[in-house]
Amino acid sequence: DFSCVLSNVGSYWQRCLLEHSLIKMCNLLKPLYHSHSTDFEVHRNWLAVTHSLPVSQWYYEATSEWTLDYPPLFAWFEYGLSHVARYFDKEMLVVQNLNYASSATVLFQRLSVIVTDVVFIYAVKECCKCLREEKGKDQLGKPSFILAALLLWNFGLLIIDHIHFQYNGFLFGVLLLSVARHFQGRHLEGALLFSILLNLKHIYLYIAPAYGIFLLRCFCFTQNNADGSLQWKSFSLFRLVALGSIVLSTFAASFGPFIIMGQLSQVVSRLFPFKRGLCHAYWAPNIWALYNIADKALSILGIKLKLLDINKLPKASMTGGLVQEFQHSVLPSVSPLMTLIFTLLSILPVLLSMWRRPNGARGFLRSMVICALGSFMFGWHVHEKAILMAILPLSFLAVESKEDARTFLILSTTGHFSLFPLLFTAQELPIKILLMLLFTIFSFVSLKKLFSKHGQLVNSLEAAYLLGLVPLELICEFIYPLTSWQHKLPFIPLLLTSVYCALGVLYSFIRLYLSVLTAADSRSKAKAQ
Amino acid sequence: METWSLISICVLLGLTTRWAVSFSSYSGAGKAPMFGDYEAQRHWQEVTYNLPVKEWYFNTTDNDLGYWGLDYPPLTAYHSLLCAHIAKLIDPAWVELHTSRGYESASHKLFMRTTVLFADIVIYIPAVILFCFYLTDGSSKKKVATALCILLYPGLILIDYGHFQYNSVSLGLALWGVVGLGLGWDLLGSLAFTLALNYKQMELYHSLPFFCYLLGKCIKQGLMGKGLLLLVKISLTVLVTFAFCWWPFLSDPQQILQVLHRLFPVDRGLFEDKVANTWSSLNVLIKIKTLLSRDTQLLLSFALTLLFILPSSIKLLIKPTLWQFKLALVSRAKVLLIVNSSLAFFLFSFQVHEKSILKLCSVLMFLFLHLISFVCPFCLSYSMLPLLLKDGLLLPYVVTSVAFLYLGVYLLSALDRNVKSLRLCDVFLCVNRKCALHLVFLQFRVSLVAMAGLSFTSVVLEPPARLPDLFPVLVSVFSFLHFLALLLYFNLVQLTEPPSKKGPKKTN
Repeated sequence: DFSCVLSNVGSYWQRCLLEHSLIKMCNLLKPLYHSHSTDFEVHRNWLAVTHSLPVSQWYYEATSEWTLDYPPLFAWFEYGLSHVARYFDKEMLVVQNLNYASSATVLFQRLSVIVTDVVFIYAVKECCKCLREEKGKDQLGKPSFILAALLLWNFGLLIIDHIHFQYNGFLFGVLLLSVARHFQGRHLEGALLFSILLNLKHIYLYIAPAYGIFLLRCFCFTQNNADGSLQWKSFSLFRLVALGSIVLSTFAASFGPFIIMGQLSQVVSRLFPFKRGLCHAYWAPNIWALYNIADKALSILGIKLKLLDINKLPKASMTGGLVQEFQHSVLPSVSPLMTLIFTLLSILPVLLSMWRRPNGARGFLRSMVICALGSFMFGWHVHEKAILMAILPLSFLAVESKEDARTFLILSTTGHFSLFPLLFTAQELPIKILLMLLFTIFSFVSLKKLFSKHGQLVNSLEAAYLLGLVPLELICEFIYPLTSWQHKLPFIPLLLTSVYCALGVLYSFIRLYLSVLTAADSRSKAKAQ
Repeated sequence: METWSLISICVLLGLTTRWAVSFSSYSGAGKAPMFGDYEAQRHWQEVTYNLPVKEWYFNTTDNDLGYWGLDYPPLTAYHSLLCAHIAKLIDPAWVELHTSRGYESASHKLFMRTTVLFADIVIYIPAVILFCFYLTDGSSKKKVATALCILLYPGLILIDYGHFQYNSVSLGLALWGVVGLGLGWDLLGSLAFTLALNYKQMELYHSLPFFCYLLGKCIKQGLMGKGLLLLVKISLTVLVTFAFCWWPFLSDPQQILQVLHRLFPVDRGLFEDKVANTWSSLNVLIKIKTLLSRDTQLLLSFALTLLFILPSSIKLLIKPTLWQFKLALVSRAKVLLIVNSSLAFFLFSFQVHEKSILKLCSVLMFLFLHLISFVCPFCLSYSMLPLLLKDGLLLPYVVTSVAFLYLGVYLLSALDRNVKSLRLCDVFLCVNRKCALHLVFLQFRVSLVAMAGLSFTSVVLEPPARLPDLFPVLVSVFSFLHFLALLLYFNLVQLTEPPSKKGPKKTN
């Protein structure tokens, strides 16, 4: 038994190291990013701002257009990094050096991502420990190994962090670690980690409802009734106070100084810029992409059928996909408040279901995925990168149940494909296709093998839909640029990609929802009998 | 997981690595007026596209041989011509006669890198996979691991995708030859190897074992009957292939002589830069270059090379007649021999280019599994460090080498528990296996530490003013010692390999 564990750890670490080497290889891409990735310059600017200005200036500084728009703890993180950066190249820490990218700067930035990824690797290791393992299986076929590979080799994380440039690996490391702590029953630690995470990047507010309900329901109430429903008497005030003090003190440490300086409104206005449009320049594959395209189709149809007057339609709506302010011509325009309401409505049923029958940490993880996906589907100005917030936690569920594996395959394939436009130069084309194939082949084959007893994973319709991505990619990257439409309508490939992927993401969302509701159903039926 | 999926993952990994390395700089980037190998390849496209075949190898007003004149065999020239036609379609400025000299742009780099990748996918990678699946033994997982190691071998990737060359073509063709011979398709094997020879004259390193093996096989079948027929068939194949490759040059003996003169420039001297071979290492102590005349140098190097490859060749020549084992074993012996002759050539022959080390590195790879501890330092293509530093490929070098080391040490040693590489120690030390294993690993570690230290110093420190070449020389002497040890080792393994031990294992 011991040697089995040992070899398991061994294989796991091999993968880790392999993954690391791959990541480092992506580091070799550095000469390319001198001009392309805006996020690279964003983070360089933040290094400079936090290093050379006093704290009171951080959220006011606006020399660069990429102002600091992450919460304070992340600013402190950049501040810490900047002290190492000094030894690489001092010039990168000057606020006025816009678009500064010496090779030492690039090396430092890339290395910082790789080094902070250690958190992610540790978190993955902790997550793998929480799995229900079957003994005596082939090393490469073990759920824990598959999970490790799915997380560490995640295509989206690789290209966003190591090619595009962001610190998602580090942030998701904190998230996964917090999830693992909940699995291990160390709830206070999990809560602390999550509140730290919220103060690192506020996009994780998307999943905060799931956290809140879960902690309240499963931590503050110590006991359930026999059927799993809530026992009101078991409420523990002490636990609530402990939880509250942890969360509040984290926020106080993060935002406290700015409240004292009276800058809270300034910080908040930086964190939540509602001036942006409903959709990002490239539409994330969500409901609004479908809504936009439906609007466009209706307006064209209306003009064709002479129901609409072309002169009365709002201007510029036809260049959709490129302008930020998108005006709908037939369907009603959407306001931020409406998206908020839709988002809340979309996650409410699952939160209620969790409140009634929590189903432990796994139920919590499922609600978290749905929260992330719901916000992704209905949120205001969603970035395509946010899909990772659903894909990564879903990997965990995917190695434990066949139906989740099916959803995971559809969601991850479409979600990752929708990230393709992030890398748009000809030189990057092979690398993104190769990495995508690598991840997709691995996930399909390993999950299929894992559930080989239960028949096919995806049905033929889903398989056809997923295979449809291949011709779509061929059309978007190879055929369309050769046609004459390329100059007239350059946004068509982006539009096709996001609409096609939106269908897959929507389908997975519905499937996930059904999995929660039917599970609740079957349990209550079982009880009735 | 099924084998095919593992293999496809390995291939994808290999391709990803290749492409990632291809983002880095190439040899002679922005270094007018001569640039580097990248410009040489581009220049050959320009020459072959614009000039008639008769002028390719001659110094004319349009073809200045002093500026990267064509000095590879005709197949390379045809390959350049093919690439040039594609280049012409994309952007005529890339292959414009005279004016395109020193042309550099991002899109051109992309084009050149793509041609390398394409050649790799078509020739090298299929050969590697066939080799691993039909000519190595062990479980399928071990085969996959071997394939992965070969595909991720840093030396080849760095030279092809960093420095810029088409080694994968000639190596791939030679490997197809090995695969052909191993599977018993002698004609296909000799065809492939002849093509390799016509792509790069450096493949001559491997030609002797091919020759000895095939001849030995003919002798074994009886020189009067079946063997003669086989011999005739093989020689016909080789001759016809040669004739095809040299067709445009055959009409005029002058042409042939000129091509040969271009291929084997004996007047360049015993060695060029700091190469990790005997001459260069000896040069640290004695100035051979000044002491001996050129003819003596030539003779000396030839004699020594022959001396070192003779034992193994004779062994192979006799062996096929005695050899009663299955194909796999035969091929392994042959591979062993290839290593021997490659090494001997490298260490002692005249005018060796340091990139030729690639040739034997890749062949060594195929022995990788059973020689891991010894081969690793070698495979790290350490001797190429000065060259790579010059090209600005330090980062890719470090990354791929470290990745390769991890792979080698963790993956392969985990799969291959019975360490077969102990024969040397058994022979020499006559101690028990455990102790010997420790010794080998100790040696391995010491080498690794020494290499890391030397790399670090040569990157960080300025050499003393009196000895500007100190670090390159140190690197080459260091590598030479390893190469020499390897050569001895392989000779020993080949000569002492007890057939009786292996026989039963293969038959079941």
